[in-house]
Amino acid sequence: MLSDQDRIFTNLYGVHDVGLAGARARGDWDGTAAILARGRDAIIDEMKASGLRGRGGAGFPTGMKWSFMPKVVGDRPHYLVVNADESEPGTCKDRDILRHDPHKLVEGCLIASFAMGAHAAYIYIRGEFYNEAVALQKAIDEAYDAGLIGKNACGSGWDFDCYLHRGAGAYICGEETALIESLEGKKGMPRLKPPFPAAVGLYGCPSTVNNVESIAVAPTIMRRGAAWFSALGRPRNAGTKLFCISGHVNKPCNVEEELGIPLRELIDRYAGGVRGGWDNLLAIIPGGASVPVLNKATCDTILMDFDSLRDVKSGLGTAAVIVMDKSTDIIKAIARLSQFYKHESCGQCTPCREGTGWMMRVMNRMVQGRAEIEEIDTLEAVTRQVEGHTICALGDAAAWPIQGLIKNFRPEMEARIAAYKASRSIKMAAE
Amino acid sequence: MAAHQKQDFIQPASFAFDADSMVQVDKHIAKYPAGRQASAVLPLLDLAQRQMGRITGSAWVSIAAMDEIGRILDMPPIRVYEVATFYLMFNMAPVGKFHLQLCTTTPCWLRGSDDIVQACRDVTGIKGWKENSADGLFTMTEVECVGACVNAPILQVNDDFYEDMDSERTKALLESLKRGVVPKFGSMTGRQTSAPDGGPTTLLFEKAE
Repeated sequence: MLSDQDRIFTNLYGVHDVGLAGARARGDWDGTAAILARGRDAIIDEMKASGLRGRGGAGFPTGMKWSFMPKVVGDRPHYLVVNADESEPGTCKDRDILRHDPHKLVEGCLIASFAMGAHAAYIYIRGEFYNEAVALQKAIDEAYDAGLIGKNACGSGWDFDCYLHRGAGAYICGEETALIESLEGKKGMPRLKPPFPAAVGLYGCPSTVNNVESIAVAPTIMRRGAAWFSALGRPRNAGTKLFCISGHVNKPCNVEEELGIPLRELIDRYAGGVRGGWDNLLAIIPGGASVPVLNKATCDTILMDFDSLRDVKSGLGTAAVIVMDKSTDIIKAIARLSQFYKHESCGQCTPCREGTGWMMRVMNRMVQGRAEIEEIDTLEAVTRQVEGHTICALGDAAAWPIQGLIKNFRPEMEARIAAYKASRSIKMAAE
Repeated sequence: MAAHQKQDFIQPASFAFDADSMVQVDKHIAKYPAGRQASAVLPLLDLAQRQMGRITGSAWVSIAAMDEIGRILDMPPIRVYEVATFYLMFNMAPVGKFHLQLCTTTPCWLRGSDDIVQACRDVTGIKGWKENSADGLFTMTEVECVGACVNAPILQVNDDFYEDMDSERTKALLESLKRGVVPKFGSMTGRQTSAPDGGPTTLLFEKAE
């Protein structure tokens, strides 16, 4: 079990002062100039050595991502863009950083920007997080007033501006290139890659897009060292992680724990256990809506990290654990996610635009059982035609929950169809 | 797009940012590099919507407002229209004083969002989505995950999240809004933000020392 001394987000629940004085008391902004004085390469090397993998869902090594930025700043400025468009169903971890520990993020923006030669960072926060944006803007203003950012930030000689930009309600803007488009004042439609943002990003300039949590843990990693961070968690899955535990648990909550904690322990220790006891568990979506659902047998033993979940053909995603007990209509639970992806498809690529609507309509029939058994295979086949055939991963994300459902709960789907047919034949016999 | 919908409301002939808004307009444009002022289109649409809400009690974005934003940002009007209609949070038609945004995505649904929807229908008399109540106080919109899932179900009223809702709490909240009293937002069970019910079980080291 992770000790409080090794927790990074010590004001996760907003019990303490959110302002600069409180943040300083928790260790933020301590010796920031000295961290910058180590130099760009040393900072990036430390991040690489820490083993931090991106906390937004894909799990790409953060230090390596930073190293993709051009070494020399040419005629185009560099930008850091922070993805605070937290919208993955089940996920509400960045919200707590933004409203309760915003100085960790602002300080992280300075360190990351310096490490990649950027004089400006844009934090793109989802529009619905209005009160969180107010809290973060207050932290940015405090940091400016205290000389921590702005001209000669922290007395380091580095000029750094940090801007907050509010989105306006579009899940797709959590995709990094859609986010960049949106930040440029356009519809949030993902761009083809390559070119990658590190070459051609915001305003056509070299840019790096990082998740809030990835940036907010950077100052602590720099202060306590890569060795400390990488000793937590499991090999290739280093460090601590914010977990969101929602759904049918007795005490839903957010908590910071080590990567690799057993899923069952996470739920029993922190979320008061599954409603009705562990044996009342039906299924869990372990990493936000986009990752395939796990059946109970897998949940019994699975560890919560990138590689363990990949090995069972699911994913850690954002570490948003959505728990469903045996009272759940699992087909309806997944069908509702199909409605989500239908609603959030930007409409740019045909397989996604048409496929999400088609999959939603078929899923809604599956909820009723108003389908033929063979249509389950057709549905599976169509998800494979959407997956991997779109510019961004939204098509994949729409396909995976359905694939997980069919893989783990096909008997339930068949039973639903049989029940519907039986009810029809009784009706027809009566008529 | 508003122009494609049945319109039973009147589009104002003109729109201008007032002095309060103009201060914000300039601040937003200054965030972006010279020549990149189009980046401010989302903030300006938001400002226009807020100003409408402040002045008329109904927060929405008129065609005249979009045209004015296009003029300020040197964008063709169609570019502003396509952005305004792409993002869910811009209301292209008048809404009630209290915009009820109901999250019904799976995490909220698992915790009983159907009950919250029903309670809102019962109190406001609104039948469908995106409809306004007869008294003009409420609009009901179905929204996707608002990102507060450990406090599900969520009812967002204008900017504020009311969390850990159930049918009774929803009815009490709406009756209070009807009386013009806006309760403090956050968890309606009184728990500490996203900590487990009963209080944090981690980050207790101050007490241990």
